Amino acid sequence: MTNHFFSDTGVLLGRSLRHIARSLDTIITTAIMPIAFMLLFVYVLGGAIQTGSGPYVNYLLPGILLITIASGISYTAYRLFMDMQSGIFERFQSMPIARSSVLWAHVLTSLVANLISLVVVVLVALLMGFRSGAGAPAWFAIVGILVLFTLALTWLAVIAGLSAKSVDGAGAFAYPLILLPFISSAFVPTATMPGPVRAFAENQPVTSIVNAIRELFAQQPVGADIWIALAWCVGILVVAYTVAMTIYRRKIA
Amino acid sequence: MTADHVQEPAIRVRGLEKSYKELHVLRGVDFDVTPGSIFALLGSNGAGKTTVVNILSTLLKADAGTATINGFDAAAQGADVRQSISLTGQFAAVDGILSGRENLVLVARLRHLKDPGAVADDLLARFSLTDAAARKVATYSGGMRRRLDIAMSLIGNPPVIFLDEPTTGLDPQARIEVWRTVKELAGRGTTVLLTTQDLDEAEELADRIAILHGGRIIVNGTLAELKRLLPPAKVEYVEKQPTLEDVFLALVGSDE
Repeated sequence: MTNHFFSDTGVLLGRSLRHIARSLDTIITTAIMPIAFMLLFVYVLGGAIQTGSGPYVNYLLPGILLITIASGISYTAYRLFMDMQSGIFERFQSMPIARSSVLWAHVLTSLVANLISLVVVVLVALLMGFRSGAGAPAWFAIVGILVLFTLALTWLAVIAGLSAKSVDGAGAFAYPLILLPFISSAFVPTATMPGPVRAFAENQPVTSIVNAIRELFAQQPVGADIWIALAWCVGILVVAYTVAMTIYRRKIA
Repeated sequence: MTADHVQEPAIRVRGLEKSYKELHVLRGVDFDVTPGSIFALLGSNGAGKTTVVNILSTLLKADAGTATINGFDAAAQGADVRQSISLTGQFAAVDGILSGRENLVLVARLRHLKDPGAVADDLLARFSLTDAAARKVATYSGGMRRRLDIAMSLIGNPPVIFLDEPTTGLDPQARIEVWRTVKELAGRGTTVLLTTQDLDEAEELADRIAILHGGRIIVNGTLAELKRLLPPAKVEYVEKQPTLEDVFLALVGSDE
C-alpha cells in the first residue's frame, strides 16, 4: 500500500492543519513566550548587556527563534499523544493506508505550525527595531537551518508523544530544550561566563546554530559555526528519527 | 483462488498465544467465523478479548498461532488483511475537532474512494446524523459518537468488521440502535466479530457465542447449544415483573 504514501500523508496533513486552523491559540501560545523573552531582554535587561555594536534585538533574535521552535514542538507531542489516547491512531493503523504516513503527517504539521510561529516572532522583532541587510541566499540559508532544527526537535517530540503516559508528560520534555538557549551565546557572549559554564555553552548545539544565524543576518562571513550547526542538527535528527521509529515499530506490529 | 476463499471461514484462528511480560493472556485460542454471521466473543474484563481483536486487525503480533482473515494471514499479509477489515475499537475513535461529515470524508479519502462527499452524506442519512453533520464531534452525545464511529467503519464496505465492546457506556436506546445496525450489517452479508461482556448483547445478536476464559475458548456454540450445557429447564411459575429496562423504555420511548 506504499503507493498511497503521498496521498495518504496529504489527507492526514490536511486533517492536522485543520486542527491548527481551529485552535489558533496553539500558534499564539507558541509565539507568546519567545516574544515575552524578547521584550524582557530588549527593554529591561538588554541595556546592561554588552554585545558590541548594533541594536541588542539583532543580537537576540536568533536565540529567540530557537526558543520558538522548542516551545512549538511540545504541541507536536501533544497532538500525537491525543491521537494515541483517543484511539484514532489505531483506527488509522488498521486501515489500508501507508501506515507511516500517520507519523509523517504529524511531522509536516509541526513544520508548518512552527514556520507560522517563526514568522509571527520575526514580525514582532521588526516592530522592535530588528533590521538585517541579508540578501536572499542568506535568508535561504537561515530558513534552511531553522527547518532542519525544527525537524530534529520534531522527531524528539515524536518520541515523547509515542511514549508519554500523560498529557503533561507529552509536553514537559520541551522545557529543558526551551532553557538550553539561556546557557549559550543566545543572550550574552559566552566570554563573560565562568569557565565550566562557558565550556558547556560553547560546546552545546544552540551556540553554533545561534552564531551561524547571527552571522548570516549580519552579513558577516560564516566560519566553522555553520558546519558545526548543521552537524548538530543532522546528528540529532538521525538519532531522534531512529529512536522514534524503533518505538513506533514496537507499538505497531 | 477466489473459489477457495469462499469455502473458507471468514475468520480462522488457530492456537493463538500472546503474553505481556509475565502475563500469559492468550494460551491457545481457536475459533472459526462463518462468512456473513455474527460471532460474539464473550469474556470478563481482562480476559483478552481486545488482544484477540488487535491481533486480527494487525495492530499486535501474536507470539504463536495463526489468524486468517478473508483468506489472508494476519502476520504475513497485513496490508491485504487491512483491506478486508474495519476496526471499531473499545472507545469511539472519532476526531472531536472535525465535524461528523469531515470525519467520514477523511476515512473515505484514506480508503481512496471516488466520491468521498457522497459516501459521507449517504452514511450521515443512514445513521440519522444529517442534522448534526456540520457540528464539531466534541459536542456529540455518547450514542452519536458511537454511531459515527460505526459509520466510519462501514466506509468502503469491508467484508469483515470487528466491534470491540460496541455498546459499553451507552444508554439503553443508543444500545438498541447499535444492535439494529449490527443486525443490518450481517443482513447485508458482512461478517461481524464482536466482543462483549454483556450477556444480553451476545444473546440478542450472535449466531455463535464463544466464551474466552483463562486464555482459551472454553465453549463455542449457538445460544441453543450453550443452553443445553446446563441441566434441562425446570418449569416454574414466576410472576413476570417488568425489568427496569422495560420501565425505562416505556417511559422514555424506545424510538428517538
